[in-house]
Parts: sequence; structure tokens; C-alpha cells
Amino acid sequence: MTLAATTDLAAATNEHLANLSNTLIYSAMAVYTLAFFAYITEWIFGSRSKIGRTAAALTADPAARKAAPAVTVKKGGSTAVLERPKVVVRAAAGQRDVPDGPGAHGGDEQGDLYGRIAVSLTVLAFLIELAGVIARAASVERAPWGNMYEFNITFSTVAVGVYLSLLALKKNVRWMGLFLITSVLLDLGIAVTVLYTASDQLVPALHSYWLYIHVSTAILCGAVFYVGAVSTILYLFKDSYESKLAGGGKPGKFATSFLERLPASSSLDKFSYRVNAAVFPLWTFTIIAGAIWAGDAWGRYWGWDPKETWAFITWVAYACYLHARATAGWKGRKAAYLALIAFGCWLFNYYGVNIFVSGKHSYAGV
Amino acid sequence: MSKTTPDATRTPPAGDEDLGAAGSQLSTAPEDTLSMPSLGVIGWARWFWRQLTSMRVALLLLLLLSLGAIPGSLIPQSGTDETKVADFRKANPTLGDLYDKLGLFHVYSSVWFSAIYILLFVSLIGCIIPRTWQFVGQLRGRPPGAPKRLTRLPAYTTWRTETEPEQVREAALALLKKRRFRAHLAGDAVAAEKGYLREVGNLAFHIALIVMLIAFAWGQLFKMEGNKLIVEGGGFSNTLTQYDDFKSGSLFTADDLDPFSFNLKDFQGTYEKSGPNRGTARTFQASVTYSVGAFGKGKKTLIKVNEPLEIGDSKVYLTAHGYAPVITVRDGKGNVVYHDAVPLLPLDSNITSSGVVKVMDGYRDAKGERQQLGFEAFFLPTYTPGNEVSSTFPALGNPVLNLAGYYGDLGVDSGVPQSVYQLDKTHLKEFKDAKGQQQRENLRPGETMKLPNGAGSITYESTEEWANFQVTRQPGSGWALAGSIAAIFGLAGSLFIQRRRVWVRAVKGDDGITVVEMAGLGRSESAKVPEELGALAETLYDQAPGASDAGRVEPDSVSDSDSATAAERPGN
Ligand code: HEM
Repeated sequence: MTLAATTDLAAATNEHLANLSNTLIYSAMAVYTLAFFAYITEWIFGSRSKIGRTAAALTADPAARKAAPAVTVKKGGSTAVLERPKVVVRAAAGQRDVPDGPGAHGGDEQGDLYGRIAVSLTVLAFLIELAGVIARAASVERAPWGNMYEFNITFSTVAVGVYLSLLALKKNVRWMGLFLITSVLLDLGIAVTVLYTASDQLVPALHSYWLYIHVSTAILCGAVFYVGAVSTILYLFKDSYESKLAGGGKPGKFATSFLERLPASSSLDKFSYRVNAAVFPLWTFTIIAGAIWAGDAWGRYWGWDPKETWAFITWVAYACYLHARATAGWKGRKAAYLALIAFGCWLFNYYGVNIFVSGKHSYAGV
Repeated sequence: MSKTTPDATRTPPAGDEDLGAAGSQLSTAPEDTLSMPSLGVIGWARWFWRQLTSMRVALLLLLLLSLGAIPGSLIPQSGTDETKVADFRKANPTLGDLYDKLGLFHVYSSVWFSAIYILLFVSLIGCIIPRTWQFVGQLRGRPPGAPKRLTRLPAYTTWRTETEPEQVREAALALLKKRRFRAHLAGDAVAAEKGYLREVGNLAFHIALIVMLIAFAWGQLFKMEGNKLIVEGGGFSNTLTQYDDFKSGSLFTADDLDPFSFNLKDFQGTYEKSGPNRGTARTFQASVTYSVGAFGKGKKTLIKVNEPLEIGDSKVYLTAHGYAPVITVRDGKGNVVYHDAVPLLPLDSNITSSGVVKVMDGYRDAKGERQQLGFEAFFLPTYTPGNEVSSTFPALGNPVLNLAGYYGDLGVDSGVPQSVYQLDKTHLKEFKDAKGQQQRENLRPGETMKLPNGAGSITYESTEEWANFQVTRQPGSGWALAGSIAAIFGLAGSLFIQRRRVWVRAVKGDDGITVVEMAGLGRSESAKVPEELGALAETLYDQAPGASDAGRVEPDSVSDSDSATAAERPGN
């Protein structure tokens, strides 16, 4: 075979793979849509149950509250469990002692079934999407994040991956499914309509293993920050709901049905803190990897390019959030607002800077 | 000013007030106290310093830093793109003036931005030093003794045992020490603490920030950056005069240039030939021989886009590439008056290029008069018939050089610096063809264009390639890197390590049976503290097993018990 014929053949394979990837992404969207409806159904069935744990915990008279059973952590071997000392956990001073909600299904069996179906569908869609991302990578013979389309599909795959990993680790996060899948569908919708770019190669400046490290950790950080932001928003809702109850108010029916099923505000708050704190060092590393790459590619490791600037702003904003948590008077809602601002910075760095601001990083391809 | 109303969201570490010393100093974070200053200059100065080094102000300054960085990303900056700044000024004169006054065209070196970060770092230093001392003090001291009522702690457990209190305490001390707690016996209880590395990490992180800032500032002051275009076969030695353009930090001097030289032997660019990625660069590299110092031995190496050549503190980057057709110009008598490779500037990704040829001296026209010649050159490395204006592929597939000539005065002697890529046509006349149009011809390698009326000829001999090299020197980058690595590890330690305390109290009850109480306290509420306490309790329980079931006290029902120490229900 001549050289030209080989390369033609390779090109044909690549186009075939690119088409396959597109088909897979559309299929994943279809399955995500099914999962979305399953989650909705879970929520709807869940609304049949009339649970008011929060209200019970907050509005019961103080004496009765004291008698409420303490939360216990069971420890120890299977046989001797009753013999062993039990650890009593007590909420920190000033914090509401509210039990976590049962999850979207609200304790309803049918709702739970639909929730499980939804998770299974999510797993399926995740696998299809992952295959689509891999096919895309194979078609361009490089990592799948050379433009915003590829970035978007990779991003949502990783975000769902983070969610499923947390589920696999038996963390109480199933309640997040509906919100996550909604935004994944949005993300993919934007990707296939507005951002779609036919597969193409990277310019030589984008060839570097630091790029692979930098962008892959950036995507992972984004996905985890996203999970943190979702729980922060829900925390804000749940917290106002709890304050209202504690103040003797009566929240609306919808709010009650919806928020009763979520974890307690303090759990949501803790969860979002942990999630954000856990990726913050990785985000720091991402920025440093980017600086090293910039040093190799452009001869300076930091040049206040808009993308670099916004990565810095995002970093400082998350640092603010962590500081705020350590400072009395800034905990709780105020810190939560900072977390949301920080995530807003991250989003702007991705969409805003790529689309509205020109700089060395303009690989948007739109 | 300070918030005094109790607020559900303001939670000092679990029950700080009622725990007294036991809950104190679980970190070295400064207390946020806002008292009014006592009168007098020193009073005010002290007040100001305390404000500056408080966490609250650190937080405000951090917020300001991120807000302050925003305009620099939205307004063109003179440091990165001078022409954009000029365009902006032209388009919005009034706004431009205002921006100028506010330093918004160079945000990151403006007075107000500098003020924010300098204040922040003064605050940081003012915060780290006392915290380090305090931490050293904590390391030399011992974990605080058990609070009176262990039931008030976030994690608590208790049981009754026949074992003597002394034995229980001893077992607890040994157990905690084995688990790498710092533990000691204080009164009727064992006090233990673990996770000091959290504080170490936190301090290391903040110190690393200072190292990074200093390294960055140092780099800005002593940096240099210069560009040099070299045609294949050409060379460069690192002196100021050899650069095409040169920028440096305010403290940089010519003596700081590393002595080295190099020659460009060959530039290789290969491109995808077909498929959707046709034309994308596959390889992009320059083979050079370089030598270090005045008499260094020549060494061969490859410079690629992301792989600069490093010599001393300097790095040599390959930043651009293009073509340089070799041109020969002859006068009417056939004498060669010009022979050189002429670098042309690429206009698009397929390296459609343009440039000029300037014949400054040595040329005489048909009448024997001194003249200067200028040619506008337009070059397509791959010419496809039907597409006259742009190349269709970046490699040399079917090169065509389009030339149009001028004669007269190039204006190079007027003293005004001129671009080597442009002609000043004020004193130039076009060479015209028979029809009275400007003479313009497409040449292939080896072809010659005859100038009208015996004015001579110009020949396109062959094509060389050129590469542009950027030489940079950014001292302090090693420190910046070391600082950032330390920052990451410090941060990880600070965020992932829990600092926590455990107390084990064992006293004999009135009935002669020993009551063991264990409690744990973390800086922030964490599921790990009770889990760890549970594990510790289990081990200790094996060594001090529970007394007969009848006397056993479930923590859930301790309020029914008359035991003095366990009289209070958790949850109060
Ligand atoms: C350059 C600006 C600064 C940045 C980027 C920064 C960043 C951070 C980050 C990310 C953390 C979280 C790590 C953790 O929770 O352990 C932290 C913690 C902390 N920072 Fe800073 N900081 C800065 C300046 C300061 C200043 C000026 C102070 C002193 C007033 C300070 C005092 C503290 C303290 C005490 C903690 C630990 C709080 C705790 O024990 O949880 N920081 N800082």
C-alpha cells in the first residue's frame, strides 16, 4: 500500500469513529432522559408520604426534645455488639439537631424502586457516554478536550462518574440524582447544538503531557465543585426551611414535601464543605500544572492571560470560602454564598472566558 | 461593629465556653475580638495591627484580591497586548483617560492592586509568626486535662467495670500512646491529642504562599525576553544587539545574559496530508547546534514547541516558522547585486506569506545610475490553480512566489526605523509591463522575472525555512515551583488531617464499681471522631470488661442512673 493510501484509510477510520461517537452521545442523551423521568417518578411517588421529621425535631417542646433518642454509632463485632459501649454523638452547641431526610423516595417503596431504576439507567447512560468520549478520543488520536464540545461531553461524563462513585462508596447522595441528570442533559444539549465541532487536531502548542494532566484534573475539579455547588444550593433551601419551622413558621406544601426528603441542612453543609475542601488541593495542583505547561509552551509560567486570571480568581474565591468556614461569624449561609460565588467563577472561566474574552487559551472553536 | 447577638450559625468549636481549657487551642487560629482601641498613638497602632492580622481582615483582603483581579481580565492590558490598548483608547477616549488614571490598563502592577496584596501578605506574616510561636508552645506543653463533664462533648461513651480505676487509666494511656496520641495522665483522667500535622501543614501552606510571592516578584524584576528569527544555516549568539526585539524587567542588566550561541541547521515541519485534519502540524522541530560560553564545544539538539532548550537560566523556545525564498537580483549587465534568503511572514495556517526584498546598494539601472530596488513578495507554499490568493497546504507542495518590483529611493537612509517586512513607497516607482500595468509575475523555483527595459532580473532560486526563537530568562521560577509544591502538601495536610482530643476518665463509683467515661473532641464536627472513639473504647473495653449486666448503664438511659458523673443526658 502506498503511504497516501494508508493515511486515507486512517482518515476513513477516524471519520467512522467520529460518527460512532456522535451516535453514542445521542444514545446516552436518550438514556439520561429516561433516567430523568425515573428520578421524577421517584420524587412524585415520594410525595405521597407524609413525613415531618424536621418539624417534629424542631417544633417539639424542649422537654420532649431532650427525650428524643440520641443518634448512636454502632461499633464492634457481630456477636458481642450489645455488650459493647455505644458512642453517643451530640450536635455541636448552637446547631439544630435535625435528622436527615429519607431521600427522594420519601420512604415510599414504589418510589424507591423507581429511584433504583433511575440509578441503573444512569449507570447505563454513563457507560454509553463514556464509550462515546473514548470513541471521540480515538477518532482524533488525542485526549478528548481540544475544544468546548469535547470538554463538555467529558465534563458531564466525569460529573456523573463522581456521583456514581459516591454512590458506590455508600455515601448518602442519591437525592442529588435528579439535579445532576437535569444539568447533564443541559450540558449535553448545549454541547451537541451550540458547541459541536467536527473532530480536528490540536495545534502544536497543545501537545504536551502537562496539558493532559492540567486539563484532566481541571475537568475532575469542575465536576466535584459542581457536586459541591448543588449541595450548597440545597443547603440554603433546607436551612431557610428549618429556620422557618424553628421560628414557628409554616412553609408551603411543595417546599415541605420536597425539602423533608433531603438530608438535614447541617449534613448538606458538611457534605458540600467536604467535597469542596477535598478538591481544593487538586485545584491548586491544576493551576500549578497549567503554569508549568505555560512555562514550557509560551516561555512564561504566569502571564495574567484571562484564563489564568480567572483560574486564580476561582482559586482565591474557594480559599475565601475555606477561610470563611474557619472564621466565626462567617460560617453557615455566608460561607455558602461564597462557595456559590466561587463556583460561579469556575463556570465563568469555562464558558465566559472561552466565549467572550479572547486570549491565548481561546480553543473554544465556536 | 461586632455581632453580639447569638446566632445559630456562629458555632465556636463544640461547646467552647463550657469546656474551658479542654476545648481551647485546638488550632492556632487567632480569636476574632473587636475591642475599641485605648487612646493614644500606640493604642491605635496596636489596634490597627490586630485588625490587620485578624482572620476577618484576611478574609476581606482575599475577597478584595479576587475582585481586583477581575478588571484585568476584561480590559486590555498593556503588558500583554499594547495594540489592543491603543485601539481601546482610540475608540473610547474619555473612558480610556479614566482607565489610565485608575491604572486599569496595567491592573496587576497598579498601585491599588499592589496595595491589596502587600497588605494581605503583611497580614499573613503578622499572622504566621505568632501562630508559629503558639504552636511551638502547644508542642512543648501537654494536651489539656479532661473537662468536668465529659457528657458535653460531641462524642461520648461510658461503661462500668470491675477493673480498678488505676489499671483502666494505665491501659488507656498505653493504648492511646500506641495509637500515636500524645497522652498523659492528668488527675483522674488520661488526656490525649493527635493530628498536630494539621497545624504544621497549615503553617507550611501559608509560608509557602509567601515564598511563592517573593519568587514571583523576583522573577518580574529580573526577567528578560527576546526574539530572534533565524533562516536555516544562520546563527545567533546571546548578546543584546543580536535580538530582533527585547524586553526585560526593571533590574535586569546586559551582564545577566547567559553566554551561549547556536546555529539553526534544519527546520522540520510535517503536516497531516489528508482527512479532516489535513494541514495540521504533526511534527514541528528545529535541529540546532549550540555551544555554551565563549569557547564551548558544539552540541546537537532538537528544539520542539513544548520542549525548549535550557542553557543556564535561559530557555530557548521555538515559537514560529515560515519560508524564506532565496532571491538573486541582477542588474542590467548581469552582475549579481543581491543574493539572500528573504524571510516572509506567514498570514494564515497554510503559511500563505508575504514580505519584501530590499536592494539597498550596488544596483545601477540601464543608464548606469545608482538606484534602489524594492520587491513585494507574496508566497504560496502549495499553489493550487484556481486559488490565487492563498496556499492550500502548509508544506512546500507546489511553491509559487509572486513578485512585483519598484525602483527609486527606499527611504532607508532617512533615519526613521523601517520594518523589514514593508516598503515605504513614497519615493518608489512601479516597474510597468508593456500594457502599462504594474509588472507582476508568478515564479516557480529556478525561474527568473526579467525587469522591463533592461533593468535587470530577479530570480527565485530555491526555498529555505526559517524559525523564530524566543529566549527567556525567568529567575526565581525554581523557588516558585518549590513553594507551590510545599503549598499543595501543606494544604492537603491542613485539610485532610483532623486534630482531635480524647479523654478517658476512670473513677470508682459509690457502689465500688469503676465508671469509665470516654469522650472525643475534634476541631470541626466530623464523623471520624466518634468512629475513632468507638474503636478505642472497644479495645479498652476488652481490657476492662463491663461489670455484670444488672449494673450496666446504657448511655441512652444514663439519665435514669444516679451515677454522679453520668447524671447528665447527652443532648442537653
Ligand atoms: C494570601 C492569602 C491567604 C490564602 C490564599 C489563604 C488560604 C487559606 C486556606 C486555603 C486555608 C484552608 C486550609 C485549612 O482550612 O486548614 C487557610 C486556613 C487558615 N488561614 Fe489562611 N490564607 C491566606 C492568608 C491568611 C492570613 C492573612 C491569615 C491570618 C490572619 C490566615 C490564617 C489562616 C488560619 C488561622 C487558617 C486555619 C484555620 C483553621 O484552623 O481551620 N490566612 N488559609
